Amino acid sequence: MASKKENIRNFSIIAHIDHGKSTLADRLLEITDSVAKRDMSDQILDDMDLERERGITIKAHAVKLNYKAKDGEEYELNLIDTPGHVDFNYEVSRSLAACEGAVLIIDASQGIEAQTLANTYLALDHDLELVPVINKIDLPAAEPDRVAAEVEEVIGLDCMGAPRVSAKTGENVADVLERIVSDIPAPSDCDDKAPLKALIFDSVYDNYKGVIVYVRVMQGTLRAGETMRMMATGAEFNVVEVGYMRATGLEPCKELSSGEVGYITASIKTVRDAKVGDTVTKVQNLASEPLPGYRKVNPMVYCGVYPADGADYEALRDALEKLQLNDASLSYEPETSGALGFGFRCGFLGLLHLEIIQERLEREYNLDLVTTVPSVVYKIHLTDGSVVEIDNPTHYPEQASIDYCEEPITNAHIYSPADYVGSIMDLCQDRRGIFKDMKYITPDRVDIHYELPLNEIIYDFFDALKSRTRGYASFDYEIFEYRRSSLQKVDVLLNGDIIDALSFIIHSEKAMSRARKIAEKLKEHIPRQMFEIPIQVAIGSKVIARETVKAMRKDVLAKCYGGDITRKKKLLEKQKEGKKRMRQFGTVEVPQEAFMAVLKLDDNG
Amino acid sequence: MTGIYIHIPFCSSKCPYCDFYSFKGDEKQKDSYLKAVLSALEGYADKSIKVDTLYFGGGTPSVFGGDRIGRIVTYIRESFGLRENAEITVECNPSSTDEAFVREVKRAGVNRVSMGMQSAVDRERKILGRPSGREDIKRAVTLFKNEGIDNISLDLMLGVPYQTPESLDESIDFILSLGVKHISAYMLKIEKGTPFERDEEKLALPDEDTVADMYLHTSERLRKEGFIHYEISNFALGGFYSRHNTKYWQCEEYIGIGPSAHSYYKGKRFYYSRSFEDFLSGKEPVCDGEGGSEEEYIMLSLRLGEGLDGKKFTERYGKCLDKALFEKAEKYKKIGLLKTEGDRIFLTPEGFLLSNSIISDLLY
Repeated sequence: MASKKENIRNFSIIAHIDHGKSTLADRLLEITDSVAKRDMSDQILDDMDLERERGITIKAHAVKLNYKAKDGEEYELNLIDTPGHVDFNYEVSRSLAACEGAVLIIDASQGIEAQTLANTYLALDHDLELVPVINKIDLPAAEPDRVAAEVEEVIGLDCMGAPRVSAKTGENVADVLERIVSDIPAPSDCDDKAPLKALIFDSVYDNYKGVIVYVRVMQGTLRAGETMRMMATGAEFNVVEVGYMRATGLEPCKELSSGEVGYITASIKTVRDAKVGDTVTKVQNLASEPLPGYRKVNPMVYCGVYPADGADYEALRDALEKLQLNDASLSYEPETSGALGFGFRCGFLGLLHLEIIQERLEREYNLDLVTTVPSVVYKIHLTDGSVVEIDNPTHYPEQASIDYCEEPITNAHIYSPADYVGSIMDLCQDRRGIFKDMKYITPDRVDIHYELPLNEIIYDFFDALKSRTRGYASFDYEIFEYRRSSLQKVDVLLNGDIIDALSFIIHSEKAMSRARKIAEKLKEHIPRQMFEIPIQVAIGSKVIARETVKAMRKDVLAKCYGGDITRKKKLLEKQKEGKKRMRQFGTVEVPQEAFMAVLKLDDNG
Repeated sequence: MTGIYIHIPFCSSKCPYCDFYSFKGDEKQKDSYLKAVLSALEGYADKSIKVDTLYFGGGTPSVFGGDRIGRIVTYIRESFGLRENAEITVECNPSSTDEAFVREVKRAGVNRVSMGMQSAVDRERKILGRPSGREDIKRAVTLFKNEGIDNISLDLMLGVPYQTPESLDESIDFILSLGVKHISAYMLKIEKGTPFERDEEKLALPDEDTVADMYLHTSERLRKEGFIHYEISNFALGGFYSRHNTKYWQCEEYIGIGPSAHSYYKGKRFYYSRSFEDFLSGKEPVCDGEGGSEEEYIMLSLRLGEGLDGKKFTERYGKCLDKALFEKAEKYKKIGLLKTEGDRIFLTPEGFLLSNSIISDLLY
């Protein structure tokens, strides 16, 4: 049943990772009796296992709550949960565009972190009313007064009356609901008569209903049986069902109208037909222009994904297909590697996205994978004046045909206790960063701003940052331009053969040191074999680093007495099995771990 | 022809590298063990079974006593078709070998001795749990020789803590000075659950390459002295191969008696569990499947110096060796790990060192 427009509140919750967003959402659901206590599992909105484990929200979710406020009025609260990571910035911005306000959670012991600020600025960009909430007051290290002062000082938000809560114990959580009602405005400019404009902020694939499109209706109405059109893609669909998202499931309704948040099903087969940020309108009464802000999402990071066992190729393709049903930002296309056989070139929004997909493939689909070194997209200007975009080192053109190269550069912000400034700057410098400025956000916390090449970030920058700051620093980046750069393609040769899966593109100043590290790592991880194996790292025909895996000397069962032949036979069989898990390159066998090790070069080491 | 193996699960003390089934045992346990062995043998007893090798291993048969060993040999002689020229071996260690023992086993018909020397360097002996010194070894060897048993084998361990190429030569010199006919030279393997495994980090073990070199050096030296490197870890003067152990490597039948002893008999492999109590209570051996497959035969033959002989294979299995085997062998031939001579494929000492990899590649 539709509520009075002035009693609708559309809001999201924004926070730095681990500041308690999902737990607070759980409590809100519980208090508004949206979920029976017995159905309450932790972090009900994060329904992927991976989300629960990593404590991050990967997909946006939404839920409608009914709340009877102290003023006696019945309110309809639409909570739109947003992904909490920079890889998903665009998704976050679309979710925020669907709201009038946002609850900003700050951890009472940690204070403002990178994503607190990043998300705050995003919310302010969308003119959202912010409701600050100080969480985790139950922790012994909680300093709500200090954190409140920090928020006032840094963000300029009045925190005097900010609810101080423990989402974990439920203490003062009811105050948050009152704040949402009193501080966040009702949707403005509601006009049910105007042509339909509904913003898609997420879509999920359901085996029975097809794609379920989550929308915020800005103006107009939509009912089952009507024909809708996606304004960016032009695709048209007959609406099968509209309704509201409840904590316990979907609740069909007759009509979605302006100001409301709800879902549409229309036998849509793929989420790519319901792109986040697109505007839904009605064919009978077309809107003249779409809502602003739609953007085609392009992958930033690419890598090859191969089944460890070639026989799993089909299974991998099916799995990617299934994942893509729910993840329009994942791209993949078949590729072949001389070293790894048949696999896929996959594109991701960022490193976290890459890791998540990889983990889901391994966990949910039980696949054993080998991935290649991640690459960003380079723009290579050729001497004939044309430009090629390269996301795979294998396709790197002949050096002679290249005029110059460009690589993506990010604006990166690092938030950290002031103590670590020195080592953070060393790290950024080492990663070819250009220092822009540094602000003290409080006397002992800084915001360090660097321009960092994306290809330096994808090599475990975050791990290096965490280890240098004992986990206290947080980090945020956004690509802002392509810049001319001196790049080179580096190849790895085993026993004289190029292993294409290990080739990479790198800045020429870094080539030597990375080459040495790779050679060392490979030496460490390739077991001694019956032949001596030369490892060479080369630019073109020039070898810049070399190591040798000495020939194995000894692999023998010296004692073979007592007549226990069966055990010996099994041992040899097992040995052969073990070899199957290795990749054969000519005469050289390389275990999967060697690939992994090259991916995870620790620059501190 | 059948071999019989009798496991003697008693040791006066446990060596820190050893994972064979053994414990100290008292006189009473030894008596009940004797009974259990005889009764297990009774299950097989048949005069038509031709037995040409009998082997007392352990454990330390010498702590079981020459008298009890004698009773077992006598029983086998009465109840099986024990050949006149059968090879009858007892394992022993220097410290538990005394005149009485030597006399008793000689009287019982024992004609071969395998002594757990391991090293002739006292510092190495000590860490191996062998408190007796090299003089004791010399004394024990002399006792056997004086009694007319001169088919003597000594164990030599390679890659033991503190061992260096020089100290290894010292052990080899010592062995050669004793004039024995057979030497088992095997590389120390750190077995699961042993004190050596627990302390592996602390042990001053020579590295893999050094051990490999020691092995090749040992082979070279012994061959120069007229020994034949007839199996991965075994060297003998002409005519003094261990006939019993050769059965294992040639996929021939043997009956194993005692806890943890394995048998390959009438086409089946089976073994007694590692439990003294189970054995005393007469518990049946555990089935371990069919034996004597082509794979097994190939795997075991390649352990031998003479290697895998295509003719013998054909005689046994009625078909030729798979050509693929020779094709796969080519790459090893090129780097000197393996040789072929007509239908015969055999590993070189360098190849023995890598025999697991080579055999598993050839086979699967």
